[in-house]
Amino acid sequence: MNRKTFLAMSTAILLSMGVAQAQDPVKIGIVVELSGAGAPAGTNWRDGIKIAVDEINADGGILGRLVETAEYDTQTDPQTSRALVQKAIDEGAYAIWGTIYSGSTLVNMLVAQQNEIPQFVGSESPAIVDKGNPFVFRTSSGAQKGVPALTSYFKDTLGARKVGIAWVNNEFGKGGHDVFAAEMAKVGIEVVADVSSEQAQTDYAADVARLKDSGADAVFVYMNQEESARFLIEARKQGLAMPLVGEVTLTEAKVIELAGGAAEGAIAHVGLTATATQVEGIAQFAAKFEQTFNRRPTHDAIKGYVGAWATKYVTEMVGEFNGAAFAEKMKNLCLDVAEHPRMLLDTCWDDRGEMSRPSFMVQVKDGAPVVIGTLPAN
Amino acid sequence: MSQFLQVFLSGLATGSIYALVAIGFTLVWQAAQTVNFAQGEFVVLPAFFVLVGVHLLHLPLWMAVALALLLSLLVLGVLFKKLVVEPILPSGGISLIIATMALGILLKESIKEFYGAEAQPFPALVPQDPINLLGATVSMQDIMNLVISLGIVVLLTLFLNRTRTGRCMQATAQNPAVAEILGVDVKRMVLYTFLINAALAALASFLITPVYLAKFSNGETLGVIAFIAAIVGGFNQIRGALAGGLLIGVLDNLTATYVTAEYRAALPLVLLIAIILLRPQGLLGTSEGRTV
Amino acid sequence: MTFTTWSRHLLVGLLLAAAILAPVGQGNYITYVLTSWLIFSIAAMGLNLTLGYAGQVSLAQASFMAIGAYTTALLTLAGWHWMLAMPVGLMLCFVVGLALGYPALRVQGHFLAFVTLAFNTLVFLVLRNEDWLTGGNYGLMGMPRPDFGIFKTMRQVDFYYFTLVVTVIAALVMWGIVRSPWGRAFKALRENPIRAESLGVDTRRITLLAFAIGSAYGGLAGALVTSLVQFIEPGSFSLLHSLRILLMVVVGGAGFFFGPFVGAAVVILLPEILRFTEGYYLIIYSALVIVMLAFVPNGLLGIGARLRERFLAPRQRADMAQGAKLE
Repeated sequence: MNRKTFLAMSTAILLSMGVAQAQDPVKIGIVVELSGAGAPAGTNWRDGIKIAVDEINADGGILGRLVETAEYDTQTDPQTSRALVQKAIDEGAYAIWGTIYSGSTLVNMLVAQQNEIPQFVGSESPAIVDKGNPFVFRTSSGAQKGVPALTSYFKDTLGARKVGIAWVNNEFGKGGHDVFAAEMAKVGIEVVADVSSEQAQTDYAADVARLKDSGADAVFVYMNQEESARFLIEARKQGLAMPLVGEVTLTEAKVIELAGGAAEGAIAHVGLTATATQVEGIAQFAAKFEQTFNRRPTHDAIKGYVGAWATKYVTEMVGEFNGAAFAEKMKNLCLDVAEHPRMLLDTCWDDRGEMSRPSFMVQVKDGAPVVIGTLPAN
Repeated sequence: MSQFLQVFLSGLATGSIYALVAIGFTLVWQAAQTVNFAQGEFVVLPAFFVLVGVHLLHLPLWMAVALALLLSLLVLGVLFKKLVVEPILPSGGISLIIATMALGILLKESIKEFYGAEAQPFPALVPQDPINLLGATVSMQDIMNLVISLGIVVLLTLFLNRTRTGRCMQATAQNPAVAEILGVDVKRMVLYTFLINAALAALASFLITPVYLAKFSNGETLGVIAFIAAIVGGFNQIRGALAGGLLIGVLDNLTATYVTAEYRAALPLVLLIAIILLRPQGLLGTSEGRTV
Repeated sequence: MTFTTWSRHLLVGLLLAAAILAPVGQGNYITYVLTSWLIFSIAAMGLNLTLGYAGQVSLAQASFMAIGAYTTALLTLAGWHWMLAMPVGLMLCFVVGLALGYPALRVQGHFLAFVTLAFNTLVFLVLRNEDWLTGGNYGLMGMPRPDFGIFKTMRQVDFYYFTLVVTVIAALVMWGIVRSPWGRAFKALRENPIRAESLGVDTRRITLLAFAIGSAYGGLAGALVTSLVQFIEPGSFSLLHSLRILLMVVVGGAGFFFGPFVGAAVVILLPEILRFTEGYYLIIYSALVIVMLAFVPNGLLGIGARLRERFLAPRQRADMAQGAKLE
């Protein structure tokens, strides 16, 4: 046969194959810290997503297409993360799940924005929703929402007039520190000790000694995992008597495991915790996670899970795989848990990607975090 | 006053850890011309051997520790010497420095991949009970660390100066060629040096990991502080490593308490630069003539 | 022209052609990686001068990149054109290199490594803590890419070609330095510092110059990085990155002119190729480095030199040969 006929026939065959392949998978990029300082957070995020994707695909995928994820390890380096978001987009990602470290997110979200790709992040730095990026969405409340919830706790419940802040000097710790200091100034509580520490610091004797001498009524502790544990151990050793209150990290399972008895009595405000098992969805998720991975999930795992399911719910609400339409739909959207059970809690986003959700106050009692109060979404 | 005492004593405790790590570093540098940039990771690895023994092999603690010590001697002593130092040292000191940097990364990443990225609690070998001392709190662990460091320095100095083997090791360090002519088994002396370093690293590991918590990245800061302690104290004297370690531990805490927390990490660095420029042999070191 | 010079010119020509054609048809990500390779080649070239030609171990190259990057960033954010900002950064790095090197080079060998190590970390601390100037932990973002009126570099591909031009110019300048009397003095210094001194080479001044020029190259690389990523923060210029650059020089072959390019290619591209091994690639990579140092201490280009030595009769005087024997 001549060339023209051959060309026509092969085109026809390919087209029909194309039609039959309409159910080809939708690609989503998991761009997250799988090595470096962020490895513990990133691996949990990814594992939470794994559970979600298994459930989503068992449910028929998104709009009939199965979800296919590809992992990109940012090595906790912002520049690498930026390059990898670009790579994921080049490879056809419909959405990006990650990153967690605020320093990385601030950089790589520009790329997703330029390409109109929806991005669910695990970062909590206030700056992320201040940049006017309509394509970035949080999976947990930013520090500027979470920390103010603590203000009333310090003022009313603890009756504190003077506080100390113990914080880790990286973009995570600084973000929380700045918000807290501003909040304290607003309600007239004096910050008598501002103690910064380094990531990977091992000796907290100086930090605790300063807090002890400062005359503070309570201390706000905002550090990463091991640092929180080491701080608690030193505080216990030197007999730091005042209440230690944190945001998210202080009462995590890992911190309790590392600090042992020294964690007893520590209090924290958390967005989502695997220990809030009175919420059915959370209990189910925690059980499934523990069964699959032989360890308990951290809040990063829950964030990943929620982000993945939000992608499915919202895409199906939009009805097509369109990034711009997705972003539009997300503005001021609320997904209540009655109709969207996998969101675990009633969740709302504002028009900048900031999330609002009910949250919990937990305290470590007998080696486990116990919910001592619930706060409504703010 | 009690605040000062608290941070001073805690500084001594932390400093004695740095000293233990620095001593091994100094020994290897002097005796085998090896600047071991992986020294920090050498101190992290034995703890993970113990964790493997306890959690994966379900051995009782004392057995896991003994196994870890043996493995450390093997891997950080014998294998390190045979596979890394011996092939590369002839190419020059700089190549060896870079090789030890690569080794450090190799060890760190292996721990992370094969054991885990998260920090792990570590069983204490010494009771951790707090003791009250004039308003400051120290733990038994802190006192033990200090005592052990002092003891090691004394023992090593006695060993090197009073025993035949020790003097042979010193001879090897000062002038290997002449030592060989005089009948010293230079290769064996060098092996002993590496074994001692491995043992010291393992000991340091068992003592500090209950406090530091076992994590693959602990070695980064520990290694740098060890170099600084060794150089500041005087790298051709073992007691220099002790002095350097204690000095840095105490000064670091004092800086963080009374001067600045944000720049506390700058103090050891500034000290290092100052010592290198002003008194390169270190505070307790003896001046070495330059060989042309 | 002899055969070797002719073949060498041809090789360079081919490499240049390959570099020009490389990004054609590739996605933005590959182009980005290639640009990154060029930038790190510049930084590695600088360190190669310091280490490979003058024999001094510097662990501060990333901090000079930082100085260049932050200077350029602050100036371009204030409205200066990149072409005016970059020389300021370069000059600053040169001066700082002189200031750091002057006292530090009085000490022997390994000590310079420690001093530069300390310097690198100090620079990191200052960048992180002085957030009124540097943005602290959050860094600086939104730096504009150079705009030449008719030629804008916002697109990844355009920026790549801009970087390629800068790299070629930098390489030509380096070639000039190496071929000049200074360059011969550097090599004399590297081979046998005592003999060099007895022949009247002012070792201190020459070494200082090599260190300062190497630092300036680091600054140039930093100025380019600012525009490439359009975001800088202290963590990108930590000790780890100085080690990476050092690795590039050693792996490529210290003292070989093209060593930095080869080394940078390996360090930047190898992880991409090994990415399928996920977490294990760093383990494989560091093991490979140790093996390489054991068998081919002169780096990858050293392999070529060794092969040539074996199969071709030496055509040059031994002491004029390229390649550092790191001792």
